[in-house]
Amino acid sequence: MNIHEYQGKAVLKQYGVVVPEGKVAFTVDEAVKAAEELGTGVVVVKAQIHAGGRGKAGGVKVAKNLDEVRTYASEILGKTLVTHQTGPEGKEVKRLLIEQGCDIKKEYYIGVVLDRATGRVTIMASEEGGTEIEEVAAATPEKIFKEVVDPAIGLQAYQARKLAYAINIPNELINKAAKFMLSLYTAFVEKDCSIAEINPLVVTGDGQVMALDAKLNFDSNALFRHKDILELRDLDEEDPKEIEASKFDLSYIALDGNIGCMVNGAGLAMATMDIIKYYGGEPANFLDVGGGATTEKVTEAFKIILSDEKVKGIFVNIFGGIMRCDVIANGVVEAAKQIGLDRPLVVRLEGTNVELGKQILNESGLNIVAADSMADGAQKIVELVK
Amino acid sequence: MAILVNSDTKVITQGITGATGLFHAKGALDYGTQMVGGVTPGKGGTNVDITLENGSVVSLPVFNTVQQAVDATGATATVIYVPPAFAAEAIIEAVDAGLELVICITEGIPVLDMVKVKRYMEGKSSVLIGPNCPGVITPAQCKIGIMPGYIHAPGHVGVVSRSGTLTYEAVHQLTTRGIGQSTAVGIGGDPVKGSEFIDILSRFNDDPDTHAVIMIGEIGGTAEEEAAEWIKANMTKPVVGFIGGATAPPGKRMGHAGAIISGGKGTAAEKIATLEACGIRVAPTPSEMGSTLVSLLEEKGLLEQVKTIK
Repeated sequence: MNIHEYQGKAVLKQYGVVVPEGKVAFTVDEAVKAAEELGTGVVVVKAQIHAGGRGKAGGVKVAKNLDEVRTYASEILGKTLVTHQTGPEGKEVKRLLIEQGCDIKKEYYIGVVLDRATGRVTIMASEEGGTEIEEVAAATPEKIFKEVVDPAIGLQAYQARKLAYAINIPNELINKAAKFMLSLYTAFVEKDCSIAEINPLVVTGDGQVMALDAKLNFDSNALFRHKDILELRDLDEEDPKEIEASKFDLSYIALDGNIGCMVNGAGLAMATMDIIKYYGGEPANFLDVGGGATTEKVTEAFKIILSDEKVKGIFVNIFGGIMRCDVIANGVVEAAKQIGLDRPLVVRLEGTNVELGKQILNESGLNIVAADSMADGAQKIVELVK
Repeated sequence: MAILVNSDTKVITQGITGATGLFHAKGALDYGTQMVGGVTPGKGGTNVDITLENGSVVSLPVFNTVQQAVDATGATATVIYVPPAFAAEAIIEAVDAGLELVICITEGIPVLDMVKVKRYMEGKSSVLIGPNCPGVITPAQCKIGIMPGYIHAPGHVGVVSRSGTLTYEAVHQLTTRGIGQSTAVGIGGDPVKGSEFIDILSRFNDDPDTHAVIMIGEIGGTAEEEAAEWIKANMTKPVVGFIGGATAPPGKRMGHAGAIISGGKGTAAEKIATLEACGIRVAPTPSEMGSTLVSLLEEKGLLEQVKTIK
């Protein structure tokens, strides 16, 4: 789960990570009031969306006085920002972070991630702050330094100092930088983050080491033990179909194509998208109804697919293990009855109770094209939506 | 022979009194697995009576701790259906009790819990399969997990996969072509897990009963690339690969916690390129995992020896 920068900074502050003073604003008046209260003269007006690249897209402005705050806030609020992470449709700005300006001496990068190869948390640091770390990794990998953390003892102060020295933090600020990293690591572990990225980390003219930006992602498997984080979820940042699906515990991801997919199992769902593409079609979504789906769940899944206007046809691909084919068939028939099936439907059923499932579909009177295999089904639906 | 499990394997179920644990304990018993007991703290001393498909009733003893279950039953393997919040601890308890094989089916374990589990298991002799996996089956001998038993048939092709349903798909494609399986292993869809591809591939390599292998990977991480390099250097048996997620958008978690392209890394294209560069035949679509293996074995003159279903 993602949260906004201002929320991330508030979480980090609880752990002693130094961040600039700032306030969130939902309106222009709130933005001006926030700047007034900060009382620092120069403030930064920052668009709050769940995507990077905001600065380049015009979503971050430095205001020298309250008039400028008003001008920039009215300019950015309601604007649709298009960055390399938002996709071409962009994201509308509904919140601003009004933050004290600071005297930046130099920018660095600090990231805490989970390294899958070692199964351990790893801290990455680089002197190339402000740039995408992927670009640094591609162009100058020798400028990225890493420390792997033993979970039994946690990040050690010497490891943090090693990184601070490696990225040439000024000598007098080494201990502050190390403390920053230790606090960041503690926040990462205690809040079950999947990514904690500070880009840039800055050292300032008055000798501070602080997080100028903060990107925190959380492990959705661990949200059950972090009610406070769950409250930070911003539904405006998510696809409405994905929100609807999550209510029914369905794993759904909206894509750009026109063939709706309903599949059981994440691997098969991905593979179904792939095979549609292989035969010249474009999948409209990833949808895993899971191993233990009920008729009701399948009905909801079907409704979500049909609610997508881009969808010109549907491919149901089920390999029933625990998931019985008759349950899927009943769900499909039920959903089609409730909302009307106005688009071509290809169904491939295999596995437990397959004959019963096929019988339910045949006797439903619905216009369903049966497929013998995954490839057969994919070819048929691609042909039908042409 | 096969790998990991066979008809002699004695298994317990952790979380046996829950609906899922009970359902699959019955499935295992129906298949002929030696399921010998279960663990649910607080329910020790009771029994669960399970009515099998053939009408007979099996009464399994329930224990409070894994150690008690092991001492009383002589089990060497355990399968875990404990809810995600408690599953990591259940794995650690099983390892502490010295079980040789720990299979964790549970989906949704916080990844930092698995980081601790992995650290705890360093230097221990237990083998962990999963979490977030379908389990392990040696056809006609032992089924531990949630896979539908009837699609399998005994034979000589090993299957190892990060995805449950794609494992079934591959097995089904083999069985319908007359090709049985030595053992099918789902290693699971989580980013931090017990056994990786290489751990299972090396067992298949050492198993005289396994003559060829299907390896099914997906986007995220670099385990497939590492496996490909290992295969090139060590594997003496033909391997067919498939990688799911060629059309997955970056930055989105595709159902499995581990199936995510992050920072431009872990794409299907990269993985397929590495597999092919290491001499592994990659099935172009998930529908062709079986047929790709057939044509490879035909070229090598090995097809007849894997046709175990008459």
